[in-house]
Amino acid sequence: MVSVGREHRETKGPQMLPLEMNTSRRRFLGYVLGGTTLVAAADLVVASPASAAGVPTPPQVAELYDLNDFVTDAARPTANLVTVEVREDGTAHFALPRSENGQGIVTSTAMLIAEELDLPLDKVEVTLAPARPELLFNQLTGGSTTTTSTYTPVRVAAAVARAALLEAAAIVLGDTVELLRSKDGVITAPDGSSVTYAEVAARAASGGARAVEVELKGRSEFRMIGTARNRTDAREAVTGRKQYVTDLDVKNALPTMVCRAPTLNGTPVRLRNRRQVLRMDGVTHVAKVATGIAVRARTFGQCIDAIRAMDVEWADGPVAGRSDGDIVEELRALDPDLPALPRNPLAEVVEEEFLFYFRSNSPMDTNAAIADVREDAAEIWNACKVPIAAQETIAAELGLPPDKVTFHVVQGGGSFGRRLFFDAALEAARISKAMGKPVKLMWHRADDARVGRTHPMCTSRIRAVVAGGQVLAFQQGHTSVETDYRHGLGEILSATAADLPAGLGNMGFAQSIFAMTQELPYDFGAVAQTLVETDERFNTGSMRNIYSPDVRTANELMVDKIARKLDLDPLEMRLRFCRNDRVRRVLERAAEVGDWGRSMPAGTAQGIAIHKEYKGASACVAEIDCRPATVGRDVPRAVTGPRVTRVTFVIDAGLVVNPRGLEAQMQGGINDGIAQALTSSLHLRDGHFLEASWDNYFYTRQWNTPPEVRVVVMPSDSGQPGGAGEAGVAASMAAVACAYARATGTVPTYFPINHRDPLAFKPKPVVPPVPQSPTNGLKLTY
Amino acid sequence: MPRQTFVLNGKTVTVDVADDVRVLWVLRDLLGVTGPKYGCGINVCKACTSHVNGRAFNPCSVRVGDLAADDEVTTIEGLPGQAGLDADDLHPMQQAWIDRDVAQCGYCQPGQIMAAVALVRKVRREGRSIAESDLDTIRNICRCGTYTRIREAIVQGAARM
Repeated sequence: MVSVGREHRETKGPQMLPLEMNTSRRRFLGYVLGGTTLVAAADLVVASPASAAGVPTPPQVAELYDLNDFVTDAARPTANLVTVEVREDGTAHFALPRSENGQGIVTSTAMLIAEELDLPLDKVEVTLAPARPELLFNQLTGGSTTTTSTYTPVRVAAAVARAALLEAAAIVLGDTVELLRSKDGVITAPDGSSVTYAEVAARAASGGARAVEVELKGRSEFRMIGTARNRTDAREAVTGRKQYVTDLDVKNALPTMVCRAPTLNGTPVRLRNRRQVLRMDGVTHVAKVATGIAVRARTFGQCIDAIRAMDVEWADGPVAGRSDGDIVEELRALDPDLPALPRNPLAEVVEEEFLFYFRSNSPMDTNAAIADVREDAAEIWNACKVPIAAQETIAAELGLPPDKVTFHVVQGGGSFGRRLFFDAALEAARISKAMGKPVKLMWHRADDARVGRTHPMCTSRIRAVVAGGQVLAFQQGHTSVETDYRHGLGEILSATAADLPAGLGNMGFAQSIFAMTQELPYDFGAVAQTLVETDERFNTGSMRNIYSPDVRTANELMVDKIARKLDLDPLEMRLRFCRNDRVRRVLERAAEVGDWGRSMPAGTAQGIAIHKEYKGASACVAEIDCRPATVGRDVPRAVTGPRVTRVTFVIDAGLVVNPRGLEAQMQGGINDGIAQALTSSLHLRDGHFLEASWDNYFYTRQWNTPPEVRVVVMPSDSGQPGGAGEAGVAASMAAVACAYARATGTVPTYFPINHRDPLAFKPKPVVPPVPQSPTNGLKLTY
Repeated sequence: MPRQTFVLNGKTVTVDVADDVRVLWVLRDLLGVTGPKYGCGINVCKACTSHVNGRAFNPCSVRVGDLAADDEVTTIEGLPGQAGLDADDLHPMQQAWIDRDVAQCGYCQPGQIMAAVALVRKVRREGRSIAESDLDTIRNICRCGTYTRIREAIVQGAARM
């Protein structure tokens, strides 16, 4: 074994400890793997026991063991299978076993490697790993856990690679490892002689597999981590060179689309005019699959023409004839009784029930996959956060061994939870098999909005007991249409467990996720938050921040309601009852930066809210303008309504790898929160969702977004990175809801607040299921 | 099969395809020019925004047969060339997008940039410079919610155009 310390740097921990005494927080064991290039891996089983021991009992599990701990522990045993490679040109390469959809993990991971390898950022290339079944639970992207779970193993692997380079350099330079310094890919000896990584990479790779003990940099030594960096793919993105699934050029994978049923999840019986469709311009193949009638053609435009010409007999889907009101009734019938409270004649009970309608997590880049299914093997390209489960499921579907299915993970154009499922990949595989041809499947926007995954409709009932200026009890019963967790932990074993009959397996996942994510950081006496889920008929999933935006909005509106009872200002109320120092600090900072309490005209107001999740804490102050002139402002084919005019968002995300990336995620989360509070929802009517376009589903647009946004990233004393991707939504939605309630004097009890307004659009037909492209584009130039 | 001819990013191209196929599919599926993205196909999301004769347009909503042989279509790939720059250079608006680190997933950003350039030119034709109210009129949707940085980048890009 070779031990490599960091004597040339300031180190606080013990030096050169033998492995058996390896109890230092920052010392780890890794491996240099044999081969022609330098490949290094971490071993976290030896280094650090799982923190699963001593999980506290509910109700507030998340406080001591949250979803980030869970995913980090699940990934730990296979961390040594994750390797960093240094090539003979001196560049480092890492195939990240996660899915990038805009959250910035490719950039932040490259930063971690650059840090420990002492390389410039542009010498580190991070790609996305294909499905690797041997990684088991270590290839799931979700719950904003990527950086928390990979922070240590990736750095250890990079540090091992650096150690091997130093060893090789010591031989070349005739000096001892301890006296060498590495910087920007160059290793320098005390006499000034130097070698580059490129010059010693081959030597470092030779000598076969061996264990190496390394010490990771301390925070004070960081030169890369914590600095603001642009995305490594920024240039690709702005030049149009960044490739998504439908941009890939796979031989003979012609454009393919699916004609879908007029009711949600309806199924095809038969295509009555198959011959006519096959004769259409550009059309090559037509096939019936479980989800509809697929058509393959020379262009997507010709697929749209073919779908519109299809005469299909359909079997109704499971919610045929049902509308929003029916599902609300079914949910309310399942509302559990909240636990009985002790009778106290001096206590006042404050109660409210909130309803949250279905929402879509459809990203810009619709569900898409390329599939080339042959007799004995298959190759799939898809943006997917659970590639192992996808590979194994598709293999089973095709009757192939899993190792005969190559599953490439492609960067996605947004996810928001959507890519926890591989609906398009499975569908493309089925179509390619049925047609005997490679296919490039793309969902039409109308399908992506109507048939794609949704945030399930849910209700949140809260009862609080207030007496003597205190909150004695706070009970929350959250009842939801089932959230689909059948992706399990990203591989087939736990996915199968989640798919037990009668939803039993899924319910276990739902309860665990709820318990591991929900935390009420107020001293409100007896706190109980419970979840009931029901109804498997919808296409649902974990939409960005899962339960938290709804749970938090309900909580914070109630906090304001209680504050009024206690005659407290909303900020004063929160500060008085806050029981977490990190939350208190972000709250105080948000109030200060957001000018909480400033004088505002009638019809406008501020709202304030907090959230605690993902190893971090956040607070948001939102200002809203609900005056008639603003609400009624005229934008063609748009929903205007109240305008959020200013948002201040303060986040303590623990140790921040890339503050610029974190700020971006908060800015996006703010727009999600605004959309969910004010404008965006799906209307179920007669068995199908009405929304089929971005001018039907009103996600925040430029005319809704706040002209003034300020994100403050707090310095944190936590040495652990928290989650970023979802951390901006909950407090934003809650703050906007609270601001709206204060500006209008009416506490909204359903969301978004415009859901029951007359429809702001003319619903597109369900037969044919996709609209034709217009032809007047040349008249609309500017 | 009809032959369709137009000017794409400074070069004349000819494609054998029916008149009614929309320009977006001709660009993406037949010519392999994938900068303009599909986001809806009905001129709502604006992810495919490109330029025709220097004005913003959405190729999802134009039949290829409606383009004349001398109509100049510019996609994000041809934006630097349109400004007289080398193909590997960046247009000031693209540079502003990088400086402000606007892109998250990046999917809508080629369309956002093409729309931004056209909007700046439009307000200049009207003798004005970009105002908040102009930014409010942009219809290009970004589901990642990068609007704040888009607004900052347009102001910066406009100053250098």
